[in-house]
Amino acid sequence: MSFVWTLAEQHEGRLKAVSYELLGRGRALADKLDTKLASLLIGDGVSDEQLQTLVHHGADEVYAIQDPRLASFTCETYSNVLVHLIKTYRPSVILAAATSTGRTLMPHVAVRSHAGLTADCTELDIEPGTGHLLQTRPAIGGNIMATIKTPDHRPQMATVRPKSSRPLPADPTRAGRVIEVPLDLVLVDERVQARGYRGDAVDFVNLEEADVVIAGGRGMKKAEHFALLQGLAKALGGAVGATRDAVDRGWIGYPHQVGLSGKTISPRLYVGAGISGAIQHLAGIKTSETIVSINSDPDASLHQVADFGIVGDLFQVLNELQRRLDERRRGGEEDRA
Amino acid sequence: MHIIVPIKQVPETSNVKMDPVTGTMIRAGVGTVVNPLDLFAIETAVRLKEAHGGRITTLTMGPRGADKALREAMAMGCDDGVLISDRAFAGSDSWATSYTLSQAIRKLGDFDLIVAGERATDGDTGQVGPGIAAWLDLPLATYVAAITRVEPARGLTVERLVEEGYQVVDLPFPALITVVKEVAAPRLPTLRGKKRAKAAEIPLFTAADLDLEPSYLGLKGSPTKVVKVATPKVTRGGTLVRALDEDAVADAVDQLLAFLDARDLLPTGGRA
Ligand SMILES: Cc1cc2nc3c(=O)[nH]c(=O)nc-3n(C[C@H](O)[C@H](O)[C@H](O)COP(=O)(O)OP(=O)(O)OC[C@H]3O[C@@H](n4cnc5c(N)ncnc54)[C@H](O)[C@@H]3O)c2cc1C
Ligand SMILES: Nc1ncnc2c1ncn2[C@@H]1O[C@H](COP(=O)(O)O)[C@@H](O)[C@H]1O
Repeated sequence: MSFVWTLAEQHEGRLKAVSYELLGRGRALADKLDTKLASLLIGDGVSDEQLQTLVHHGADEVYAIQDPRLASFTCETYSNVLVHLIKTYRPSVILAAATSTGRTLMPHVAVRSHAGLTADCTELDIEPGTGHLLQTRPAIGGNIMATIKTPDHRPQMATVRPKSSRPLPADPTRAGRVIEVPLDLVLVDERVQARGYRGDAVDFVNLEEADVVIAGGRGMKKAEHFALLQGLAKALGGAVGATRDAVDRGWIGYPHQVGLSGKTISPRLYVGAGISGAIQHLAGIKTSETIVSINSDPDASLHQVADFGIVGDLFQVLNELQRRLDERRRGGEEDRA
Repeated sequence: MHIIVPIKQVPETSNVKMDPVTGTMIRAGVGTVVNPLDLFAIETAVRLKEAHGGRITTLTMGPRGADKALREAMAMGCDDGVLISDRAFAGSDSWATSYTLSQAIRKLGDFDLIVAGERATDGDTGQVGPGIAAWLDLPLATYVAAITRVEPARGLTVERLVEEGYQVVDLPFPALITVVKEVAAPRLPTLRGKKRAKAAEIPLFTAADLDLEPSYLGLKGSPTKVVKVATPKVTRGGTLVRALDEDAVADAVDQLLAFLDARDLLPTGGRA
C-alpha cells in the first residue's frame, strides 16, 4: 500500500506548528485514497511525547530519523535521507511545508527521485477515478490559480503554503505507531556545514507563521511610527509586516517585507495601514483569511480586496484601535480578578 | 573565479493591470524584463568578480529573443552570455528546466559558483536553483542574504534568511547559492556596458549542441502537467466604512472590532 507522507519540521528539538497543518491536509488525502498517513521527522532532540502529538493530529505512523548531525537543516544530508526512504517505501504522495526548508529540500529530492513537484499549493484534492493528486496554487502573483497533476511519476510531491489550512483538533485517543529509524551514516554529507545563527536571531520576525500580521506602508510616514504597529501586533498577538516602499526607505528591515520580492503570507488576519495595495504587494497577501485595510484614499486597491476597510487617517484609526484594545484587555483582567 | 548566473526572462509585472470586470490580467502591451529577483543574483556575481577577479557567464533558457535579457545582464557587468533555445525545450517544468540548464552548464566547463535568483516572478516556484544543485551534485545554500567570507578556490560563508533568523553556513567551491533582495542592491547598467552588451556575440545552444536525454525535455519530459487555470475572484465584497472626519473614527473602530469579534480574531483573554 502506497502511503501519504507529510514532512514534520522541527527547530531546536521543538516541532513546528506547520507540521500539524500538513497532517490535516494529508489525512483528507489518505482517507480519499484509502491508505495510511505517515509523518516523517528528520531532525534531532524531539521527544517521544511530542512525536505522539503527530499521531493525535492525524498520523497513522510516525517515522523519526533523529541524530545530532540532523539538528540543523543542510540540504544534502536531508535529501539523502529522504531519497533513501522514498526508494525503500515508495509513498504515493509527499507533502512538505512551503518554508525555507521545504522549498529547498523538495526540489532537490524531486530531481533525484524523478518526481513532479508543485510549489506553494493552497488547495489539494484527489481526482475521482484516477486517484491522482490535484495540486492547486496561485501563480503570476496570485492572479491565476493553476491546478497541476503528475500522472506518470511517483511520488507526487507538493509544498504547501503555511497557514493555508488549519490543523485537525488533537485527539489523544487516536492510535498510531512511532518508529525510530536510525540514521545510516553513509547518508551524511559533510560538505556544507551549518554554523548556527547570527547573533541577532532573538525575537526574529517569523511572518510566515504568524496568525496576525499588521503591515505598514508609505502612509506610515516615518520609521518611528512603526511603533504604533508593534503595539497593535502585541495586542493582537501578531507580527509586523511592511511594503517594499517602507523597507526601501529604511523604516524597517527586509525580513518584514511582504510581497513579490519579499515574503508570501497567509495569516488569519492581515491589517494593512497606509498601503496602496500594489499588485506586487497583493501577491504576498491574497490568501490571507481576513484582510483589513486602513487608507485615506477610498480608491486604494487594498480597499478593493479587503473584507473590511476604513477610509480614514491611519494615525487616528490605529490610535483609537489601540486604545480600545487596551481597554478591553484591562476589562478582561478585571473580569478575571 | 568563474561565476555562472542563470537568469529568466519574465513578463513585466509592474505594468500588469487587472480588468475590473472580468477579473483577468490585461496582458496586452506587457513587455518582458529580466526576472527582477535575478538582478540580485547578477549584482552578487559582479561584486564577487570586483573583489576577487574572474569572469561571469550568464545564461538563459527561453525563446530566441531572450538574448535581450542576457544583454541586460551583460550591461550590468556579466562578461559572457549563452542562450539556450530550442522548440524541444518548450513547456519545460522546473524538473526539465533544471535538467536542461545543468547540461548546458556542464558544457561550459569549470566554474566556482552558480548564483541563481530565489524564484522567478512568473512561475514563482523557486525550484530551478535547488534542482540544478541536485543534477550537478553541488553544495547548496538557498535564501542567501549575505556573503560574509570568500576564500577563492576554497569556499565561502553565507547567511541564509530563514524563519528563525539568519542561518550561517559554510560551503566549499564549486557551489550553488540562491539569493534574496537583501544580499545587494542592483546597480544600473552603464552606457559603456550597454554598448558592449549590444555588440556582444551570444552563442546559442540548441538541443543538438548539448548531451541530452530526449525523454527529459520540454512539455513531454516534465513530470507535472497543468490541467486547469482559473481566475480567482479579485474582490471579497467587503465592507468599506468612511471615517475621514475625525468624529467618525470611534464609530468606524467600533464596527471594525465587532467585525473582528464575529470572526473570532480578537484575543480571547480580553473579551469584555
Ligand atoms: C519587481 C517588483 C517587485 C516588488 N516587490 C514588492 C514587494 O515584495 N512588496 C511590496 O510591498 N511592494 C513591492 N513592489 C512595489 C510595489 O509596486 C509598490 O510600489 C509598493 O507596494 C507601494 O508601497 P506602499 O503601498 O507602502 O506605498 P504607496 O503606493 O505610496 O501607498 C501609500 C498609501 O498610503 C496612503 N496614506 C498616506 N497617508 C495616509 C494616512 N495618513 N492615513 C491613511 N492612509 C494614508 C495613501 O493613500 C496610499 O494609498 C515591487 C515592485 C516591483 C516592480
Ligand atoms: N529558463 C531559465 N533559464 C535560466 N535560468 C532560469 C530559468 N528558469 C529559472 N531560472 C533560474 O532559477 C531561478 C528560480 O526560478 P523558478 O524556479 O522558475 O522560480 C531563477 O531566479 C533563475 O535564476
